[in-house]
Amino acid sequence: MEQLKTIGRELAMGSQGGGWTGQSKEFLDLVKSIGEARSKAEEDRIILREIESLRRRIAEPDVPRRRMKEYIIRLVYAEMLGHDASFGYIHAVKMTHDDSLSLKRTGYLAVTLFLSDDHDLIILIVNTIQKDLRSDNYLIVCAALTAACKLINEETIPAVLPQVVDLLAHPKEAVRKKAVMALHRFYQRSPASVSHLISNFRKRLCDNDPGVMGATLCPLFDLITADVNSYKDLVISFVSILKQVAERRLPKAYDYHQMAAPFIQIKLLKILALLGSGDKQASGHIYNVLGDIFRKCESSSNIGNAVLYECICCVSSIYPNAKLLDAAAESTSKLIKINPDVAEEHQLAVIDCLEDPDDTLKRKTFELLYKMTKSTNVEVIVDRMIDYMISINDNHYKTEIASRCVELAEQFAPSNQWFIQTMNKVFEHAGDLVNVRVAHNLMRLIAEGFGEDDEGADSQLRSSAGSNNSQDTYHPLVGCRAKLSMTGNWEKVNSYLRILGEPKLPSLFLQVICWVLGEYGTADGKYSASYIIGKLCDVTEAHLCNDTVKAYAISAIMKICAFEIAAGRKVEMLPECQSLIDELSASHSTDLQQRAYELQALLCLHSQAVESVIPLDASCEDIEVDRNLSFLDSFVQQSIEKGARPYIPEIERSGMFSVSNYTSQHQHETSSHTLRFEAYELPKPSPTPAAPQISVSTRTTDLVPVPETTYYTENNQASKLQPVLDASSADHGIKLHLVGVQKKWGRPTYSASSSTTSSSEKKTNGVTHLDGVSLQSQGTLYDSKGQQSEKQKLAASLFGASAGKTEKKPTSTQRAPKANTATAERPGVARAVSPEISKQKAASSPPPDLLDLGEPISTTTPTIDPFEQLEGLIGPTPGPSTLDNSVTTSEQKAPDLMALYTDTPPSSSSSISSGLGDLHSADKNSPMAKNVPSIKKGPNPQDSLQKDATARHVGVTPTGNNPNLFRDLLG
Amino acid sequence: MIRAVIVMNTQGKPRLLKFYEFQPPEKQQELTRSVFAGQGALLSGRPDNVSNFVEADAIFGPVIFSSLLFVSFVAEITKKKKQEEFKEGTRLVYKHLATLYFVFVFDSCENELAMLDLIQVLVETLDRCFKNVCELDIVFNFNKMHTILDEIIFGGQVLETSSERVLKAVEEISRLEKSSSSVSFVPKSVSGRFGR
Repeated sequence: MEQLKTIGRELAMGSQGGGWTGQSKEFLDLVKSIGEARSKAEEDRIILREIESLRRRIAEPDVPRRRMKEYIIRLVYAEMLGHDASFGYIHAVKMTHDDSLSLKRTGYLAVTLFLSDDHDLIILIVNTIQKDLRSDNYLIVCAALTAACKLINEETIPAVLPQVVDLLAHPKEAVRKKAVMALHRFYQRSPASVSHLISNFRKRLCDNDPGVMGATLCPLFDLITADVNSYKDLVISFVSILKQVAERRLPKAYDYHQMAAPFIQIKLLKILALLGSGDKQASGHIYNVLGDIFRKCESSSNIGNAVLYECICCVSSIYPNAKLLDAAAESTSKLIKINPDVAEEHQLAVIDCLEDPDDTLKRKTFELLYKMTKSTNVEVIVDRMIDYMISINDNHYKTEIASRCVELAEQFAPSNQWFIQTMNKVFEHAGDLVNVRVAHNLMRLIAEGFGEDDEGADSQLRSSAGSNNSQDTYHPLVGCRAKLSMTGNWEKVNSYLRILGEPKLPSLFLQVICWVLGEYGTADGKYSASYIIGKLCDVTEAHLCNDTVKAYAISAIMKICAFEIAAGRKVEMLPECQSLIDELSASHSTDLQQRAYELQALLCLHSQAVESVIPLDASCEDIEVDRNLSFLDSFVQQSIEKGARPYIPEIERSGMFSVSNYTSQHQHETSSHTLRFEAYELPKPSPTPAAPQISVSTRTTDLVPVPETTYYTENNQASKLQPVLDASSADHGIKLHLVGVQKKWGRPTYSASSSTTSSSEKKTNGVTHLDGVSLQSQGTLYDSKGQQSEKQKLAASLFGASAGKTEKKPTSTQRAPKANTATAERPGVARAVSPEISKQKAASSPPPDLLDLGEPISTTTPTIDPFEQLEGLIGPTPGPSTLDNSVTTSEQKAPDLMALYTDTPPSSSSSISSGLGDLHSADKNSPMAKNVPSIKKGPNPQDSLQKDATARHVGVTPTGNNPNLFRDLLG
Repeated sequence: MIRAVIVMNTQGKPRLLKFYEFQPPEKQQELTRSVFAGQGALLSGRPDNVSNFVEADAIFGPVIFSSLLFVSFVAEITKKKKQEEFKEGTRLVYKHLATLYFVFVFDSCENELAMLDLIQVLVETLDRCFKNVCELDIVFNFNKMHTILDEIIFGGQVLETSSERVLKAVEEISRLEKSSSSVSFVPKSVSGRFGR
């Protein structure tokens, strides 16, 4: 005991403060020797010796009273250290009889510590307590009440009860509150004996003294816990008390850490939670005050959190109120942000429910998942839903799940690729149950999604080729957009051909397959026309299909033949195809007949005519229907000149009405069976995933007036202009690169505003880039072999989004200003310097693309920070590569949970992945930090590059003010 | 309710034991020991960066009387449920200050964070009372310490939460005690010997 060496000083302080309880030298020596004892045995020896001496001396006759007091204290001390001091109990009891306040209090203290309520000596004390409760000195009364509280048992309650009840009206508030507590204690011990006195608690609630009121809450809480209904009338009182407390009407003495009487608030909230539970009317009174407290609560201090926690508990147990629940949820999420690990347990519970054998539980869980789907977890959830859908047989429920899958996929799909795959699965397993509209949507996406596939192919190629080299491969690839797009669809054709092998397919799905085979089956030349046609004929035979499927099949055959003829190849008619045509020409369905005849007619046409009738890959072109039939004007004119009767408008012909009506209806009918050659409805700017991604590679882009995509047109022009321009290799590369860059940065994606992430995406480019990174890492979740269990992964991908977002905050704040300053710097200079820049860029090593990381699902990143790339360019020569590599590796290594939970402080030792988290965050921050100065003070070329960045930022970003600048850049 | 207040030093020596349900001395020792170095090394083995809250059912077991009995009398139906609740709900919260551990043991009826702050109230009061409180103040004045605690917690319930008012009450007591007793309990020799 080091501190005992300074015993003198300490004691001086102690006695100076305490003053009234100095101890004798012997006691000090005792404490000192115990403190210096080396072992438990030595300590025991010392105390036993002390007890022996006490036993001897306490029994001596005529011990002075003050000495006796000290003996008693030493006994208490000895007993605290675990030694029996029962021989002295009787002396403690005797001491309670003493007149002196000090001695009496010591006596009471000793007996309350020594005796249990069924000790034999109690009977000797009851009398004293009775007498003391009537004392004039309120301190004696208080001491007696304390003792009564501890020592009075069921049998002796009646002896002191009247006095205690009288004391409830004592002028001293200290006595009143202790009397309340004593009564509470009696009630706890023997409710029957005091049940008639319960109303006293209600009275004391209105006591003038807040201390008494606060004390009364304790018994009332217990009473209400036992029997809620008898106390409903008190709700209003409690609410008004709570209101007063929250408004700081209580004396300043009750403030604790700048909170107004938090302990009383907590107790009141507990009581209100009990009273309001399941009671709409009572809860109605509570809402207001709860809202007030929510507003006033600061979560900065511990006690603030305590009140907040109690508030949340209260909100969750009373009759629900949407606004309060929102506030509670918000506060909870704030609490969880402190340590996201605490949420994991609950997340795993949801996952467990998914695997529960109970079907009802599963369904409910899927409902929950459906509600909480966002763009970050849509893939996992929809995958699960489809798995479940496949496993169930109940058609009704299957339909529901299928429609939900479709809805979620349309709303949140991260990429067209994924969307199409998902839709394929849905069709395959529940094709008969989904809406026809969905099939049309899918076909449209396949047709229009060229750019998307292209993108996917690009990114796959690039990510597989590695960071720097990929740039080289990338440029020419962009030039061969069309070719690549074929490759994208070839995969699809391939997969559809494989699926066709399945014995039984829903007709809607067959329609889609037929259509795709017709459009793209031969497009890349991998499959011969006759092979595809053979397959299509098989479709009509093998699958007992209806007329619609047959119509789709024959149309597909027609298209393939048309493409072949247009390409100048001869079409060999397979026997089965011929027989199909023959069969359909004799079909009962006029639609099928017409198609068959059309096909036959087409086969006889000249190749140029065929090409204009059915152009290659023009499914999304607008066909302008000239409703006035103006091209016939000259013909009409000629006829009239030759003496034909002029046309009489329909309205003027009275009798013909019904006929015309019939024909138009008939036309309508037939048209509903045919393929739609007119443009699909214009995409709305709304964020549904089904909104078409206008690809730059399709020729049709210009025809479709899509709002918000003006720069595509520009882009398109750029690529068209390209051959015209001086096609030096450098320029070529740069231009192409710019095209690619722009496409990535500028393309509006559905997730841009479709999900909860939109808030963060609206901020700056820096933020959105990070978004992409984290999303990417999430995407690779299933590939990486994390140490975490499967379930945790699943949970992470389901719930991760919110946690993942928090991680970005520090980084984004760090980067955002940088981006701003760059933008602010003379945006006008860009045009002047741009040619030189392009040269420089071409000469320098291919720009490391930081964005590669986000690429596999880059479709989810709405805009990607151009400055990332610039930073890579500008930095010192080793800079870019290290930066690039380090980020890449960290992304690959970091398990997904990291991305989601990295806001756990890296120092927390419990976190398994904290090491990786360190790596992760370090990689993110340090290279960036290194590069910052180099940007600022870089030599000339770097400066100009920066300006270029500025220009591009302005021109490229959709939110930029000056989109024309980009055109200027291209010259 | 609060079931016990334990103050002990970092070596596990008890400095103040207050059990609101009667425990015989041996039991008190056993409980104190297990709080200090029980299964899973409670206070003695806990690093500083972990939670101040510990599930203490294993040590303290079910509530013996008070709330439990009371509930069982009033509402027979909820009895079993409540019993389980109380049994499950015993926690202890501690605060490590200088050489001392302040430990509150309480059941599920109390708000944990509030209990943590109640320790703070107690310590603040002690600090104001002893002027920069240290372990020795508590060793030598543990009867005064009991007085203070009695003003804050009464029969297991929180009586007063304002340290200002507690201090006032304690000062009143000491003043009256002094005036009521003519005899000085502080032998001059002691203060002379240990004074500077």
